[in-house]
Amino acid sequence: MMTCFRPFLCIMLALAALSPQQGMARPIRNGGKLLLTNGISSLEGASGGGLTPWAVIAGNETSDGFGMSAHGTLVEVKDYDYQSAGVAIGIRDRIELSYTHQDFNTNEIGAALGLGKDFAFSQDIFGAKIRVAGDLVYDRLPAIAVGVQYKNNNQGAIVRAVGAKGDEGVDYYASVSKLFLARSILLSATARLTKANQMGLLGFGGGKQGNHTLQFEGSAAWQLSRRIAIGGEYRRKPDNLNIAREDDWFDAFAAVAISRNVTATIAYADLGSIATVKKQRGVFLQLQTAF
Amino acid sequence: MSIILSLLLLQAPYALPGEAAVDPYVADSRHAGAVPFTGDGMAKAFGGQDGIRRIVDRFVAINFADPVIGEIFANHDKVRLKRTLFEQFCFILNAGCTYSGRDMASAHKDLGVQKADMNRLVETLQRAMREEGISFQAQNRFLSKLAPMRHDVIEK
Repeated sequence: MMTCFRPFLCIMLALAALSPQQGMARPIRNGGKLLLTNGISSLEGASGGGLTPWAVIAGNETSDGFGMSAHGTLVEVKDYDYQSAGVAIGIRDRIELSYTHQDFNTNEIGAALGLGKDFAFSQDIFGAKIRVAGDLVYDRLPAIAVGVQYKNNNQGAIVRAVGAKGDEGVDYYASVSKLFLARSILLSATARLTKANQMGLLGFGGGKQGNHTLQFEGSAAWQLSRRIAIGGEYRRKPDNLNIAREDDWFDAFAAVAISRNVTATIAYADLGSIATVKKQRGVFLQLQTAF
Repeated sequence: MSIILSLLLLQAPYALPGEAAVDPYVADSRHAGAVPFTGDGMAKAFGGQDGIRRIVDRFVAINFADPVIGEIFANHDKVRLKRTLFEQFCFILNAGCTYSGRDMASAHKDLGVQKADMNRLVETLQRAMREEGISFQAQNRFLSKLAPMRHDVIEK
């Protein structure tokens, strides 16, 4: 038995060893996914829509190979700026491992909240997802995946001061996704257990609710052409903090496969009330590259 | 003479003149691998038999020349492939044909087709349909009939 000094590498090796026999018989081959079927990178780094994961795996690989993706995302709403960047790897179109760093700048609101102008919340998110059954495009059975997201907020003292119970948390989710080719429509639904406030940027748990609660999320997309899809998303959110109401999220998006390796997404997002300031609406922009 | 003629007639469902001989099999339109569309909407959307024939000819030409999947086609009887693919597409699109080719599992046995090859094939078919001016929505409706065949096409 080998000693594992680097857990990540060990996971990779173990997965390679666990690959089904039939998979081993075919040559390793990277790339080959249909355009747009890897999804974009959601805010927390999981492949899917912008607000919610889908049961798809990062990268352009099929079950015969390995893939990766990287993304940069900007959200500019009325009073706040948000940026995130991350990477993900896909293993045999079966397992996804992702890392994303999020920055949330409070601009003028920071001063009003007593945090100081341009105070920024930030957190790191490590995600893992496994597609347990089905296929997005070909099979009758929809793609079904389960995932976890470990979130670590970098401002523990501040998020506790605003009423959060903690500065780290784990989300657990299950997603079902299907592209109905006959109608060119993709539908996806996700159930998430979470105690995160605004994804975790405002910490985890609060005075109203300290535990994980079950939240539902969904996406609907219509493929206009091989390269362009438009759609909308909804994400139900918990409301844990006493001092700041948290609203459900909505968006309307257009995603364009600029090339086999680059997908650009623009969306109009309504993020509701954030950190006591209502009507946070604005634009979501993302560039993703995938191989 | 009559023996040769009857042999030719007997052979007709398997291979037509100009095609390489194939092992005998029972022809049945169900071998097309999909239940045809009802009504004439899809046949019209694809320009009837003439449109379908142009798409198939182009599709086959693109596949033979393709840098990714060309070698899978290299040793195939192009004449027969054009005919049987035309029959299959025409049958599924309900454009007035029967399918006389082999079933999908037999036709793709030992070709070593991987998922990436199947996806590439989808892209070459999209290209052939696009060049013929078929609307994207109609393309996807047709692809939805072909998609379940993946299990019989790819190497397990």
